[in-house]
Amino acid sequence: MGESLPLWPARASSMAAQTDALVLFLVAVTGFFTLVIFILIFSFAMKYRKEKHPVAADILGSNVLEVTWSIIPFGIFMMMFVWGAIVYMQEVRPPANAMEIFVVGKQWMWKFQHQEGQREINQLHVPLGRDVMLTMISQDVIHDVFIPAFRVKRDVLPGRYTTLWFRAIKPGRYHLFCSQYCGTMHSGMIGEVVVMEPAAYQAWLAGGNAEGSLASTGQKLFQQLGCATCHRFDTQGRGPNLVGVYGKPVLLDDGRTVTADDNYIRESVLTPGAKVVAGFKPIMPSFNGTVNEEQLLSLVAYVKSISQPEQRQPASNRPAVPAPAPATPKGR
Amino acid sequence: MSSTVTTAAVERTNYLNVDYSLKSWLLTTDHKRIAILYMLSITAMFFIGGAAATLIRLELLTPAGDLMSSDTYNKMFSIHGIVMVFFFLIPSIPATLGNFLVPMMIGAKDLAFPKINLASWYMYITGAGLMLYVIATGGVDTGWTFYPPFSSTYSNTHVIAAIIAIFIAGFSSIFTGFNFIVTIHRMRAPGMTWSRLPLFIWGHYATSVIMVLGTPVVAIALSLIALERAFHLGIFDPRMGGDPVLFQHLFWFYSHPAVYIMILPSMAVVSEVVSTFSRKRVFGYYAVALASVMIAVIGFLVWAHHMFVAGISPYAALVFSLLSYFVAVPSAIKVFNWTATMFKGSITLSTPMLYSMGFIGLFTMGGMTGLFVASLGVDVHVHDTYFIIAHFHYIMVGGAVMGYLSGIHFWWPKMTGRMYPEVWGKIAAGTIFLGFNLTFFPQFVLGYLGMPRRYHAYPEEFQVLNVMSTAGASILAVGYVLPLIYLMWSLRYGKVAEDNPYRATGLEWRTPSPPPTENFAETPIVTWDAYDYSSLPEED
Repeated sequence: MGESLPLWPARASSMAAQTDALVLFLVAVTGFFTLVIFILIFSFAMKYRKEKHPVAADILGSNVLEVTWSIIPFGIFMMMFVWGAIVYMQEVRPPANAMEIFVVGKQWMWKFQHQEGQREINQLHVPLGRDVMLTMISQDVIHDVFIPAFRVKRDVLPGRYTTLWFRAIKPGRYHLFCSQYCGTMHSGMIGEVVVMEPAAYQAWLAGGNAEGSLASTGQKLFQQLGCATCHRFDTQGRGPNLVGVYGKPVLLDDGRTVTADDNYIRESVLTPGAKVVAGFKPIMPSFNGTVNEEQLLSLVAYVKSISQPEQRQPASNRPAVPAPAPATPKGR
Repeated sequence: MSSTVTTAAVERTNYLNVDYSLKSWLLTTDHKRIAILYMLSITAMFFIGGAAATLIRLELLTPAGDLMSSDTYNKMFSIHGIVMVFFFLIPSIPATLGNFLVPMMIGAKDLAFPKINLASWYMYITGAGLMLYVIATGGVDTGWTFYPPFSSTYSNTHVIAAIIAIFIAGFSSIFTGFNFIVTIHRMRAPGMTWSRLPLFIWGHYATSVIMVLGTPVVAIALSLIALERAFHLGIFDPRMGGDPVLFQHLFWFYSHPAVYIMILPSMAVVSEVVSTFSRKRVFGYYAVALASVMIAVIGFLVWAHHMFVAGISPYAALVFSLLSYFVAVPSAIKVFNWTATMFKGSITLSTPMLYSMGFIGLFTMGGMTGLFVASLGVDVHVHDTYFIIAHFHYIMVGGAVMGYLSGIHFWWPKMTGRMYPEVWGKIAAGTIFLGFNLTFFPQFVLGYLGMPRRYHAYPEEFQVLNVMSTAGASILAVGYVLPLIYLMWSLRYGKVAEDNPYRATGLEWRTPSPPPTENFAETPIVTWDAYDYSSLPEED
């Protein structure tokens, strides 16, 4: 059978070895205690059978034992908790300069958009050795991106961006599953992640039929929808100037402060009245129903691009390998 | 065992032979008869849920979805989950054994509200009947979890009817729960103090609290789904400013404690059985009783561990992971105390004892793998995979169903007046233990390899483990049909049971088998602690 019976998944991301180490620790500890319980029950059942041991001892209990077998497991559990928490906090916090890829899930397919403009369906090409962050949203029900070889998983929600990050460490093709039940073809909503050497990835990016970068698509849309008439690049617009706002705190008219992250930009396009910037009137019309999730993502990419250090330089002209320039601190 | 006492037992008037008419059953307010009505109904539901499981395992024999369509498959696992959780596991022990035994164990004539008890059964069969109607007319495909916006907007199946069925059945649970609470508080026989209560009662008390406090929340959450579907309220719809994740909080606020509704009564059975067949008091009575209460209380504070990858705040996830480890402590205490109860006992490996030992083993494995999924770093990988399926089946089937079968065998002579066949009982217990492990152990590996749950078709490399699992399921199915056959057989041909065939100490064993309608000829006066074997009259 050999290959037909795999017992351990491939370790293809920087997270995989950490998750596996934690799991092996858990297997060792729980395996040991399970074995102890099984052996005790079995040996008691043999040793103290009625035939051999006709009169039971009169034992009521022992407070010392109760305390002992409460505290020891508790201590071990706390080790499991802390170790698990350390791994998790790394998993949920994308590195600041991670390369961002947008993901739109819909019944029953995955759409991926690279910043350079490439779009793909049910297949995700990523470079080896780089931190990649997926910013994900669903067009309909809840989906979930799960890449077993990377030991990462995150629900993809309608109405709100969630993120997931990984650094692939082994070239190859790996399963990408939808792991949140989403209807009829749930088990068909699968794809593959193709991990490529950086040079091969660059070649793949160049070989696509992209219509310009995502940010430039967003820029065109920004003009077409008339956003630019109010959101001017000076202080004279009826809406706030969006240059440099991405990732920064924004003071609202009710005194609250929010961070101008992906979710805030998305909300401001669809429900402009929800969080109005201080000093402006709630006059912006809603674009709910006018723009789809993919267009929203390109608008986000555009707003983000005009906050980058090399702002207003068309994104498609940016160097393919991002400059090591200090990235704008993101979100939280 | 002497057979001289037994002949007299058959001729005595008891709750079964007092009236044979159908009306006397359908309008009974006798808790023992209602227990029997429940037992018949949940057994039927168990085999319906089991039939769906059989079809699921057959479909998964091959990687391609070739036995049925994807929609049918999705309905199968939804029906399996809904029927098994809401219509079998939740009522299983409380509504049958609990109904029968809670009054008897505390020396009462009936529950505090006999008519509400009957109403509870009618609620249950109304809900179950509606669920069967849903199944017969096309089913439901949301999974037992009903996550929106799939359930509220996108599913084209009988979601509202299924929700109404669960809503109605939920009332049976609430009725049973508060009936037990009032009965345990108000109707204990003279001398039956709280510290003399059998641990079965403590377990059911804790369960009842969860039933009363938790069920309304799931009822409201599911009602909101139905209202959203019918009137587009927008509570869970992000397009209208709602939040689909809110539903998950409400749902798991009940549905995690619901796991303890399933497992606490099984633990309650195991405490009785292990003590009786070790002829020894339960080691650490207060620790075991307190552990039941702790599980019920902490169990309400761990719900979001079902949502570590659902988009909740990482800081909330930290808190819920920590609390999940807290709830593991009382479970561990119980396992250690049962094991210690066997130490220096005088052990008889009867059928109920084998089932209870099977419970301890499988519950231990389920609990240990619970430590994996409570760990945030591991849960990210195994969440929504077959690892989870394996984990909760170890708890709910390996644990809860083993405990139920242990209890059914243990109290069978009391309930029916006949002994189960010992040899067949042991064969079935062994078959179930083996079949269960072969079915579900491979699923831990499958899950870690990354096979997601609720998949109609799967990549080919997962096939070998799936074939093992299906092979195990066929053994398990035989194991479940065996008791159905030999227990029915025993009703006519089984050995006539003595009043106290195992020389157990509970009050239910100090009255005839089967008991008279009023349970006790005169109200018992309790002067001994639970499991005090020296309190029994000398015999043999």
